[in-house]
Amino acid sequence: MPDEVIDCRGQRCPLPVIAAARRMPEVPVGTVVRVLADDPAAAVDIPAWCRMRGQEFLGSVNGPDGPAYDVRRTH
Amino acid sequence: MSASPVYLDAATAAPMHPVARQALLAALDDGWADPGKLYTQARRARQLLDAAREATALTLGVRADEVSFTPSGTTAAHGAVLGGLTGRRRVGSTLVHSAIEHSAVLHAAERHVGAGGTATVVPVDRSGRLDLTAWSTAVRAPGVALAALITASHEVGTVQPVAEAAAACVDVGVPLYVDAAQSVGRVPVPAGWSVLTASAHKWGGPPGVGVLAVRKGVRWESPWPADERESGRTPGVVNLPAVVAAAASLRAAAADAAAEAARLAPLVDRVRERVAAEVPDVEVVGDPVLRLPHLVTFSCLYVDGEALLHALDRRGFAVSSGSSCTSSTLRPSHVLEAMGVLSHGNVRVSLHRETTEADVERFLTELPGIVAGLRAEAGVVGL
Repeated sequence: MPDEVIDCRGQRCPLPVIAAARRMPEVPVGTVVRVLADDPAAAVDIPAWCRMRGQEFLGSVNGPDGPAYDVRRTH
Repeated sequence: MSASPVYLDAATAAPMHPVARQALLAALDDGWADPGKLYTQARRARQLLDAAREATALTLGVRADEVSFTPSGTTAAHGAVLGGLTGRRRVGSTLVHSAIEHSAVLHAAERHVGAGGTATVVPVDRSGRLDLTAWSTAVRAPGVALAALITASHEVGTVQPVAEAAAACVDVGVPLYVDAAQSVGRVPVPAGWSVLTASAHKWGGPPGVGVLAVRKGVRWESPWPADERESGRTPGVVNLPAVVAAAASLRAAAADAAAEAARLAPLVDRVRERVAAEVPDVEVVGDPVLRLPHLVTFSCLYVDGEALLHALDRRGFAVSSGSSCTSSTLRPSHVLEAMGVLSHGNVRVSLHRETTEADVERFLTELPGIVAGLRAEAGVVGL
């Protein structure tokens, strides 16, 4: 379960990725941040961002709030 | 004052080869009649069409009667897919294709699936290269009518293992269709295919000419309403002046292909190295070695692809992008998606016979500042 949620619904890429990148340094290491993003590019770009930045991509979920992507701060 | 134009989108359309222009103008005078008729003007047109077909067949390494000219590369691809499936409908109704085919192939596949057929999509790795094990398994399944593989990715330049994929198809008697739009006139196409398509404006021919080649003995059946022209493979009278120009420019491009590849490949390597070294947070995508000599793609983190294209255009650079914001469907490129690489801030640079080292240098000199400017505007520096 995520520790917090960022709502990026209605935002086009790269905005959801930027929102995740902005939030990540502000949360403690180990925190799981869920990014709600309905732009289809987020499904590609959030995992790619995690790979480029060495953060952990935990997977995507498709819940009542639409597509969501869970990222754990690892460093 | 606007910057001098540098056109770097040959993978969409290469500037017309001077030979194409000459042939087009000459054929406008001589090639306007219907080549199917029985009078003098028609015979002249028929001679031009036959000569164009012979020359194209020679370059492709096939017989002249295996080559048909279509109204575009897209119609050639549609015909290749739907005709290959129609010709083998008694064997089965499965189309096997890679995840990175051109949208023309994917749209034909959608039509097939919509009509009750099935499609098996074979994945690629992070570099955009076909998963050969998955391919071999897929073509071995019962009921496969046709397999389709792009010879090299039109979006990231990764060359596909066509010879190996063809061998897997031969083993099980499945015809292989290759979309060779980015290869013909630039690099050799490996043997082993049954159906091939190409598009003249990718090699410096005029727009509006496609090539559909069907090898003898392949069970391919036209999916279109009957028409006797072009061996019954594609309906309608051909645009003969454009076909003549396409054939002439293909011969010229093929004659220069090895020298052009040797000239352009180091420029592509330079783009790959310099962009990675001089633009922070960039992902240069596609196989670093097994690649086309004229095409290179990269994605810039936190940058809006559409804003990047416009900023480059203002500096005179014409490039393409696979980012969702630059597409009419607002979806990211299915190729970048299949590879699992960053899709925003994406730029595809593709070179051609008029591209100079100075053009590439100016692009490389200006790009870091343009990307930095966009990041500063978006407030994403240091993220």
